[in-house]
Amino acid sequence: MSTMKAASVRLWRTSPATYIALIVGCVTSLFPIYWMFVVATRSNDVINDVPPPLLPGAALADNVGRVFANEHAAFAYGLVNSLVVSSVVTLSVVFFSTLAGFAFAKLRFRGRNGMLLVIIGTMMVPVQLGLIPLYMLMVKIGWNGHLQAVIVPFLVSGFGVFMMRQYASEAISDELVEAARVDGCSTFRIYWNVVLPVLRPAAAVLGLLTFMQTWNEFIWPYAVLDANTPTVQLSLSLLATAYYTDYAQVFAATALATLPLFAVFILFGRQIIGGIMEGSIKS
Amino acid sequence: MTSSSVVRASAAARAADARDPWRSRLTRADMRFAPYFFIAPFFVLFAIFGAFPLIYTGWVSLHDWHLIGDHTFVGFDNYTALFADPDFWNALKNTVGIFVIATVPQLLMALGMANLLNRKIRARTFFRMGVLIPNVTSVAAVGIVFGQLFARDVGLVNYVITRLGLDAVDWQANTWSSWIAIATMVDWRWTGYNTLILLGAMQAIPKELFEAASLDGAAPWQQFWRITVPQLRPTLVFTVIISTIGGLQLFTEPVIFGNGRMLGGTLGQFQTVTMYMYETAFQRFQYGYGAAIAWALFGLIVIFSLINLLIVRRAAR
Repeated sequence: MSTMKAASVRLWRTSPATYIALIVGCVTSLFPIYWMFVVATRSNDVINDVPPPLLPGAALADNVGRVFANEHAAFAYGLVNSLVVSSVVTLSVVFFSTLAGFAFAKLRFRGRNGMLLVIIGTMMVPVQLGLIPLYMLMVKIGWNGHLQAVIVPFLVSGFGVFMMRQYASEAISDELVEAARVDGCSTFRIYWNVVLPVLRPAAAVLGLLTFMQTWNEFIWPYAVLDANTPTVQLSLSLLATAYYTDYAQVFAATALATLPLFAVFILFGRQIIGGIMEGSIKS
Repeated sequence: MTSSSVVRASAAARAADARDPWRSRLTRADMRFAPYFFIAPFFVLFAIFGAFPLIYTGWVSLHDWHLIGDHTFVGFDNYTALFADPDFWNALKNTVGIFVIATVPQLLMALGMANLLNRKIRARTFFRMGVLIPNVTSVAAVGIVFGQLFARDVGLVNYVITRLGLDAVDWQANTWSSWIAIATMVDWRWTGYNTLILLGAMQAIPKELFEAASLDGAAPWQQFWRITVPQLRPTLVFTVIISTIGGLQLFTEPVIFGNGRMLGGTLGQFQTVTMYMYETAFQRFQYGYGAAIAWALFGLIVIFSLINLLIVRRAAR
C-alpha cells in the first residue's frame, strides 16, 4: 500500500522546472500580443527607435483617432459589418446545428446514417477548393461586394451538426423525448422546450467557436468583398498593406480588431478550452 | 426503423387519437416528416454553396476560362500545363517546406506543453488560457505583428540577433529566412491549440497504466514514451491531419508578410500554392487554370494526409 502511494506521489510531483517551462511558454504566447498593445500606445517616431520600446506610451487615443479617420480602410464600418456577420452566422449555425443534431441523435428516419456520413464528409473538404466557382456564383447572382456573400454560405456547419449530434446522443435520454411526445408535444416543441435547454452548454461552446472563427475569417472576404463593404479583417489588411509606415496606426487597428475576441475569451475561456479538449476525445 | 420506434409511434398516436382523429393524423405526419425538415437547411445550403462550387471547380478546370462567360473546353490541358509550370512547382516547394518546418516543431512543442499541463499544477486555467490565446487572435493580426517583429531594420528579432553579436537577417529576402519567419507565425498560433487537444486525450489515459509502470520502476521519461505517446496515437493522427490540411492551404500569413502581394517576395521565395491560385484566378483572371490548381491542391492534401497517417501509425506503434 505504501509503495502504491509513493508511486502515485512520484507520478504527480511538480518540480519548479515545470513551472519555469510553463511560464516561458506563456510568456512566448503573450509577448507578441502585449507588444501589439505597446505599439498601439506609442507615437511613430518612438517606434523606429533602436532598441524598440517595450513599455506602453500615451498616444493610444491619437492612434485610434487616426484609424477611424482613415477613409481608405473604413474601419468603423468594418467593425460593424463583422459584428453583424459574426452574430448572424453564429445564431444560425447554433440553431440549425442543434436542430439537425437532435434529429440525427434522437429521431428515426430513413437514410439517417447515410446522411450523417455525408455531413462528416463535408468537414474534410478545404474551403479553397470551392473559392473560384463560389466567387463566380456570387458574381452571377450579384452578391459580390455585398455582406450576404460572407453570411449566407456559412449559415450551416457540418462540424456543428456533428458536434451537436455527439452531445445530444449522450445528454438526452430517449425517455425524455418520449414523455414529451406522450404529452402531445409536436417534434419542434420537443426540440424547443426539452432538447434545446439540455444542449445549452454545448451550444454555447459551438457559438463561441463559430463567432471567433467568423470574426477571424480572411481569405473569402478578401476575395469577394471590397473596400466599400469590408469586414474588420479586410479593413485591417487594407490598412496594413497600404500604410505600413504608420505602424502605430496599423497596430492600434490590430488591437481594436482583436479586442472583442479577447473580451469573449476572458469571459468564456474555460468553456472554450473545455470544448477543445472534449472534442479531441470524441473524434 | 426499429420495433421500439413503432411501439413509440403508436403509443403517441393513441394518446392523440383519444382526443380527435384529425389531430392524430397531424401527429403522425409530424413524426414522419419533421426529421427531414430539421436536416434540410444544412443540405440545401451545402448543396448550393458547398457541393456545387466543388463540382463546378472540376468543370471549370477543364476549360480555357478567362473572364466570366468567355470559355472553351480544353480537356486536361490545364493540368498538363500545370505539371510543366515552374511557378507551380516553386509554390509547391515553398508550401511543403514551410509546412514541414512548421509542423514538426509545433507538434513536438505541443506534446511537451501538454505533458507539463497534465501534472498537478497551480493556476491551471491561467496556463491553459495563456497557451491558447494566440489561437484566439486573427491570422491577419498575427501576420501584421510578426511582419513587424521580423522587419529588417527596426524589427525586434533582428535587434536581439545583433545584440547577440550576429548579423541582422533580411527575413523577406531569402528562401530559408522567409520560410522560418512564416513557420514561426504558424507555430505561434497553433501550438497552444494542439496542446489542448493532446491534453484532453492525455487526461483520458487510465491512471492505472502509470501506476503499474511506476511499480515496475519505469522512470517518468520512459513512461512518457512507452505509455503516453502510444496511447495518444489516434489523437496524434488527428492533429497531424488537421495540421496538414491547414498547412497546405497556407495563405494569410505569407500574403500579409509580403505586404498584401500574392507574389511572395521578389523571386516568389514564399509564394504558396494557394497564393498562386489566387494570383492566377483573381489577378490574371485565368479561372480555368486557377481551378486546376485548386484540384491539384486538393489531391496534395489527400496524398499528404495519407502519407502522414502511415508515418504516425508506424512511429507511434
